[in-house]
Amino acid sequence: MSEAQEFKYIGQRTIRPDGFDKVTGRAAYGADLTLPGMIWGKTLRSPHAHAKIISIDTSKAEAHPDVMSVATFEDFVTLQSESVAGTEGASGVLDVARNCLADDKVLYHGHAIAAIAARTERAAKDALDLIDVEYELLPSVMDVEDAMKEDSPVLHDDMFTAGYDEKPSKASNIATRVEMKMGDVDAGFAEADIIVEREFRTPTAHQGYIEPHACTVTYDENGQSMVWCCTQGHFDVRTLTAKVLGMELGKLKVIASEIGGGFGGKTVIYQEPVALVLSKKSGRPVKMVMDRDEVFIATGPTSAAKLKAKVGAKKDGTITAMQGWMAYEAGAFKGSPMVPGVMTMFTPYDCPNVLVEGFDVVVNKSKVAAYRAPGAPQAEYAAEMVVNELAEILGMDPIDLRLKNAAKEGTQTIYGPKLKRVGLVECLEAAKNSPHYQSAIPEGQGRGLASGFWFNIGGQSSVSINMNPDGTGTIVEGSPDIGGSRASMQMMAAEVLQIEPKNLKPIIADTENLPYSAGTGGSRTTFATGMAVIEASEKVVAQVKERAAAVWNVTAEQVEYADGVARNTAGEDSMTLAEVCKSAEKTGGQISGNANINARGAGPSFAVHLCDVAVDKETGKVDVTRYTAIQDAGKAIHPGYVEGQLQGGAVQGIGWALNEEYIYNSDGVMENPGFLDYRVPLASDLPMIETITVEVPNAFHPYGVRGVGETGIIPPLGAVGYAVGNAIDRKVEELPCSPPRVLALIQNG
Amino acid sequence: MAIVIFSSELQKLTGEEQTRVDAEVFKDIVTEISNQYSALEHDELMEMAVAIDGEIIHTPFLEKVAATSEVHFLYRISGG
Repeated sequence: MSEAQEFKYIGQRTIRPDGFDKVTGRAAYGADLTLPGMIWGKTLRSPHAHAKIISIDTSKAEAHPDVMSVATFEDFVTLQSESVAGTEGASGVLDVARNCLADDKVLYHGHAIAAIAARTERAAKDALDLIDVEYELLPSVMDVEDAMKEDSPVLHDDMFTAGYDEKPSKASNIATRVEMKMGDVDAGFAEADIIVEREFRTPTAHQGYIEPHACTVTYDENGQSMVWCCTQGHFDVRTLTAKVLGMELGKLKVIASEIGGGFGGKTVIYQEPVALVLSKKSGRPVKMVMDRDEVFIATGPTSAAKLKAKVGAKKDGTITAMQGWMAYEAGAFKGSPMVPGVMTMFTPYDCPNVLVEGFDVVVNKSKVAAYRAPGAPQAEYAAEMVVNELAEILGMDPIDLRLKNAAKEGTQTIYGPKLKRVGLVECLEAAKNSPHYQSAIPEGQGRGLASGFWFNIGGQSSVSINMNPDGTGTIVEGSPDIGGSRASMQMMAAEVLQIEPKNLKPIIADTENLPYSAGTGGSRTTFATGMAVIEASEKVVAQVKERAAAVWNVTAEQVEYADGVARNTAGEDSMTLAEVCKSAEKTGGQISGNANINARGAGPSFAVHLCDVAVDKETGKVDVTRYTAIQDAGKAIHPGYVEGQLQGGAVQGIGWALNEEYIYNSDGVMENPGFLDYRVPLASDLPMIETITVEVPNAFHPYGVRGVGETGIIPPLGAVGYAVGNAIDRKVEELPCSPPRVLALIQNG
Repeated sequence: MAIVIFSSELQKLTGEEQTRVDAEVFKDIVTEISNQYSALEHDELMEMAVAIDGEIIHTPFLEKVAATSEVHFLYRISGG
């Protein structure tokens, strides 16, 4: 793309097309569909963190007059250890099924064991008590370090660590070991004048979306079964649910409801196949809605992690070597985001000698799910903390140290290719020149800063644009709208068609109305689905030119299209888009364009955050007093929603850094499964998050888009952590910086 | 001939940092190098993402590769 592009609609702050329905309560979310004859499903969950299931007796529940069906793992088809590709990478179908309903073992507190459908929600809940489960308790392992010990209780007898040259002879909780390196770290550290090395820990943290998981389903033996659910990827829900139940894809329609937050947590299935079993056995539509405590104990948070980071540098600030080690909790089944952690840990730095080793480790906690930039916040937290400490020891400004070593075009990454043009230097310079950084640190407060990197992704997107005879149109897309992407699609189509965005209505199609579209995640939607929208719009413009050319007896090449008007360059004729659409009946039928693409060329996004905190030395309570998020968006299609993404990522990262953590008792039972005790930041807790959007275009996108949803959650952990340490003159090695932990640091040093 | 640069993980299987391959399409590169290095599994390589001249492609099966291209195999990245 050309940097000199001028836009008519891109870059405006239009009103979001779904806004009215959302603020008036008309928008239909996961729990909002009610069907005739519908009954309610509820789930029996394990009270134990680790146990063998000796028997499940559902007879008393089945005899209850209000109970209409009961489901257990036996109701799923016999599954093999097959991997199915999806937006969030490959999923092991057997593990997915065993997470939806336990097979012969329960692997965490809250693990689903059986489900009941009854005439009312209350009856279903009450009848759960009628299911008798006999357990044989097993020792649980709740911590990544304990899980990695030789004598640790093993969760899966058939799991042998992958990633070593020789297959281990003994089953282990370590699913995978990965090592990436470049250069010679030993030589790099030998060259260094100063070496900083520390260990860090981050907690299990949940995405904290407001809307609990919910679905309403109907099973039809002969025709079309249907799932209505809140999800980031309804095509992936269809794939996984059909696999678990042995259904043909064509016999299962999945409709994405509006979604009240996901952040990666709604890219997997939990209740959908269970509800279909209950519907199949009862012959009724079934609704299942998780309670808040179920969301916490049974859905996927992100990994707790233990990390080590080491950096070496010369006295002039040149970083000569970086080394990392990380162990990520996967929860009950393998598949933590350790690999992206390894790949991203030191990517903001142009360092020739890097070595990172990572471990994916199972523990008796719920299976982790994606959370904004999965794996990166933990790893980059450790890296940013040691880089900040290095700056302190060197007596260098931390931004100057980063500028001296910043990744830029041509920087070799540890994961393979050299970077194309990226915007880290521009973000650092914007941070340095920002009013926040230029201001003095308030008396008694601490300041921290951190950078962050995320790849962003492309993937499959399908779009159809259907024009109406009056020149308005519908954008039919397959990407659920979590963060305002309908508006982005509208604006990109408007830019190509050169008509007002409000004349184009974006809708999210179900799985029957479009070919496969990957889910909304990975900062892919505005980038990838946007590319499909642009391509489909260009096809509409091509047809408009052809139709006008046919009317004027000229070739399509002789027709220009600008400002929503087709003009005959060989004469004086002109027709508006609306006029061409109106006459489409006479020139070959209605006009539409479609694009089914597999987008490539996602542009990495870098960010830099600044944070000031005040710490109450008597209670350990931390207040963020000022916060600025700076990020390279490539091109901000809708600046307001880009700022919203930057602010949202920052707030979630601040919560992770300050208060959010799963607390388990000695039996592995989660003790804080609710928003009263799992403390996410409220609007009243935080100052306005200041934002600076940097625009270094992504050369692979027609408008330069990079995607902005992921990177913003990475820097807060390091920025907040360092600010707190700075305020209390201590090194913060463990998150969250909750009052008890901060107080202990103050008191104990 | 395109140059294929192996990650440190793949180098454990190839014993080499890089190789040159005469192929015009990605799938032919995979066939070529899995023939050349017996420890490399054809199907596993096909499941990886790739960067061709810095452009990351998740499912590169039919991607064209120029004689001057630089090819890296990568883990597939997802997101939240």
